[in-house]
Amino acid sequence: MATLTWQGRTIACGDESVLDALAREGVTVPSSCRAGACQSCLVRAVAGTAPSSAQKGLRASLVEQGFFLACQATLTDDLTAAPADDLPVTRATVLRVERAADDVARVFLRTDGAFEARGGQFVHVMRDDGLTRPYSLANRSGDGSLELHVRRVAGGAMSPWLCDLAAGATLHLRGPSGECVYRRDRPTQPLVLAGTGTGLAPLLGVLRDALDAGHGAPITLVHGARTLAGLYEDDALRAMAARHPMVRYEPAVLDAPEGDPRRGDFRARVAAVVKATKGARVHLCGPPETLRPVQRDTFLAGVPLGDIAADLFVTAPSR
Amino acid sequence: MTTLYEQLGGAPAVDAAVDIFYRKVLADERIERFFDAVDMQAQAAKQKAFLTMVFGGPNHYTGVDMRRAHARLVTQGLNDSHFDAVVENLAATLRELGVGDAQIAEVARIAESVRGDVLGR
Repeated sequence: MATLTWQGRTIACGDESVLDALAREGVTVPSSCRAGACQSCLVRAVAGTAPSSAQKGLRASLVEQGFFLACQATLTDDLTAAPADDLPVTRATVLRVERAADDVARVFLRTDGAFEARGGQFVHVMRDDGLTRPYSLANRSGDGSLELHVRRVAGGAMSPWLCDLAAGATLHLRGPSGECVYRRDRPTQPLVLAGTGTGLAPLLGVLRDALDAGHGAPITLVHGARTLAGLYEDDALRAMAARHPMVRYEPAVLDAPEGDPRRGDFRARVAAVVKATKGARVHLCGPPETLRPVQRDTFLAGVPLGDIAADLFVTAPSR
Repeated sequence: MTTLYEQLGGAPAVDAAVDIFYRKVLADERIERFFDAVDMQAQAAKQKAFLTMVFGGPNHYTGVDMRRAHARLVTQGLNDSHFDAVVENLAATLRELGVGDAQIAEVARIAESVRGDVLGR
């Protein structure tokens, strides 16, 4: 008989499902169909291996992160699992803060102890007073130093504080979470990475992982900005495109001067790239008001929903 | 008797059906406005649950869920003509998947059973 460890409790599991074993112990996990279709009872393996029979039909990025369906899982080996939204909290120290543009900073952090995060995922930054905001990871998977891109929102609660932190300051991170990650099982699928503003951060995380993995298909990165100053990684991305034959960098700047090749409308640029790239996986990151129409265009252009990874940032209203 | 859900191939087949169905719905000018500003991933999950139900697959969809989910749309004018349009798109999706007329009629009958709940009456 296998033992399930769940939030500090140990539960013996026989032939019954993890969902039933938890229910027997008075632990309620949301559930509906109990047949593996609705995915309401999604939980996550924290230590041990999730039963693969309970991962059928889940998106590959969820499988990779150890998520499984409690209603379909019977245990043969011991397992530690947790609710899908119960994420670990890790202390982190600021290594340095770089100015990337007038209103964008790169914040580099080192966590105390191991921190397994994939490039492109996000963490919730937690301040000591309880204020919490999500930021995406621009670093590659397994990098000892985490890289966040923070746009300074005038009157914002978190971002000005974060941009002005000094090296050595500490904060806490909850997570990581999110599915905007490089698919290691698709080394020859073309990639379209498109985002505006600091939506570039998770795309950089994905791009770095793709290059580390020796990705064998074209990768096109479209960065949209209102002004040329908003292309805050312009030099680095040009250099990357020059170095890697697989990488194309396509900036789209609304207010660039007439005649500048970087001048262009983000939505139109992404549509053209998607049209020209057959069979691509498309990552879309940035504010929902900009990216939702692009997501819709992409789907209507024939890209299956399963090949669209959209990470839409919602900015909290200023106080 | 096996259900259409099983005949089509279970959950993976429903994913493929959602792609076809959702694309038709978004391209249908009679109803696309009801899908503006929605979270596409969440919407696709709901459509998957809906298609699973009308294909006779495992589901615990209830009339109350249907009522609650569409209440805001009813205030925006959702009516029988829109419901009919969705059923039309559903039938077209099934034809594209090679499903026969008798089974399409059966699916339409199951969809019909939630009309009152969807339209809030």
